[in-house]
Amino acid sequence: MIETDILIIGAGPTGLFAVFEAGLLKLRCHLIDSLPQPGGQLTEIYPKKPIYDIPGYPEVLAGDLVDNLMKQIEAFKPGFTLGERAESCERQDDGAFIVTTSEGTKHKAPIVAIAGGLGSFEPRKPPLENILDYEGKGIDYMVKDPEKYRNKRVVIAGGGDSALDWTIYLADVASEIHMVHRRKKFRGALDSVEKVEKLANQGKIQLITEAEVKGLDGRGRLTSVSIEKKGEDTLVDVETDYFIPLFGLSPKLGPLGDWGLEVEKGAIKVDTLDYQTNVPGIFAIGDINTYEGKLKLILCGFHEATLMCQSAYKIIHPDKKLSFKYTTVAGKPGM
Amino acid sequence: MIHIHVKDREGKVHDIEAPTDMDFNVMEICKASDLPVKGTCGGMALCSTCQVYVLSDHKLSEMSEDEEDMLDQAFFVKENSRLGCQLKLREELDGLEVELAPEPVL
Repeated sequence: MIETDILIIGAGPTGLFAVFEAGLLKLRCHLIDSLPQPGGQLTEIYPKKPIYDIPGYPEVLAGDLVDNLMKQIEAFKPGFTLGERAESCERQDDGAFIVTTSEGTKHKAPIVAIAGGLGSFEPRKPPLENILDYEGKGIDYMVKDPEKYRNKRVVIAGGGDSALDWTIYLADVASEIHMVHRRKKFRGALDSVEKVEKLANQGKIQLITEAEVKGLDGRGRLTSVSIEKKGEDTLVDVETDYFIPLFGLSPKLGPLGDWGLEVEKGAIKVDTLDYQTNVPGIFAIGDINTYEGKLKLILCGFHEATLMCQSAYKIIHPDKKLSFKYTTVAGKPGM
Repeated sequence: MIHIHVKDREGKVHDIEAPTDMDFNVMEICKASDLPVKGTCGGMALCSTCQVYVLSDHKLSEMSEDEEDMLDQAFFVKENSRLGCQLKLREELDGLEVELAPEPVL
């Protein structure tokens, strides 16, 4: 069991800065994020995009901002549980919360701060009627262990790097590969595109472009997919053991939606006094919260994180007086 | 001011008056008009929640590589699919007709 003072769900800019503000108050933090690296959207979606509205930085690349935030909180030695999604949150008799991740890792803290941004990043699922029925029964949204596909028939859909890379890799592992892509053109690395085309020319894989998987079939387990080719009326059935749709990631509120928090249009409602939710002890800061006049800005997330920590301190130390100190007065921050 | 016509997912057409001097795009004007457009990524062509089908034959701006890439990963994509956030409202788009693409439920 990982124990801390403030358990932060989401390691984006707001969650990271909360560590700093908590650290100034000598509160320890631990962060959970479903992505394998800190930074949230900034690292995952737009690391090379410049941001122009961070005070004091006329221009800063999203990736650099995350690096700087990591440097800023280093002295406070936050803990990280990365690559795991926060699944459930239960209140104990002593008032503390236990948060369990998708991998079963347990965390205990008196305060939970949800800095979940747009939600957790999850694979985009093709809108096929019975797709949920075959999840884990022939349909995988990511390749975890390539050996699973040894001597099996695999259909891969998508046109980006992961679809290309796995097609190339699995060409030597699987017994048969169909790669299905909606267009003729691929958006992945040129080198990978050439490799895939070469494999197709050599007959090692079946490349079907301008086509989409439109149907799934099987009895309890996937046995075939039907593919629609542009301009053709009839679907082609392809027998397969696995279908791996690779269409990138999209953010979802996910299990947080079941934590008993008041939610409005996909965002968590908070009191602007301290950004606490309807559940005392659980706060929501940054893009994931909503209140009258809310703006989804990193700048606002920083402000919310700062005020949240003041309230968190009072909950953790109800008997202690909190005196506010400027960092210019307190000196170099550290635990 | 121009007018654009947005068909929602129930088939109802909304006539929206839109300024052309405020750098608005189709996603933003839909959100501002309370139409069910999420625009999750804030207009960076990174989420495809503002996908629309362009119904009229207005001359549109060329698709950027970012937009093309995103539509490549999206679903319900048709020949006339565009990301609303990449369609800037200009005088030439007066009378533009678009339809909101279905929202992925999964």
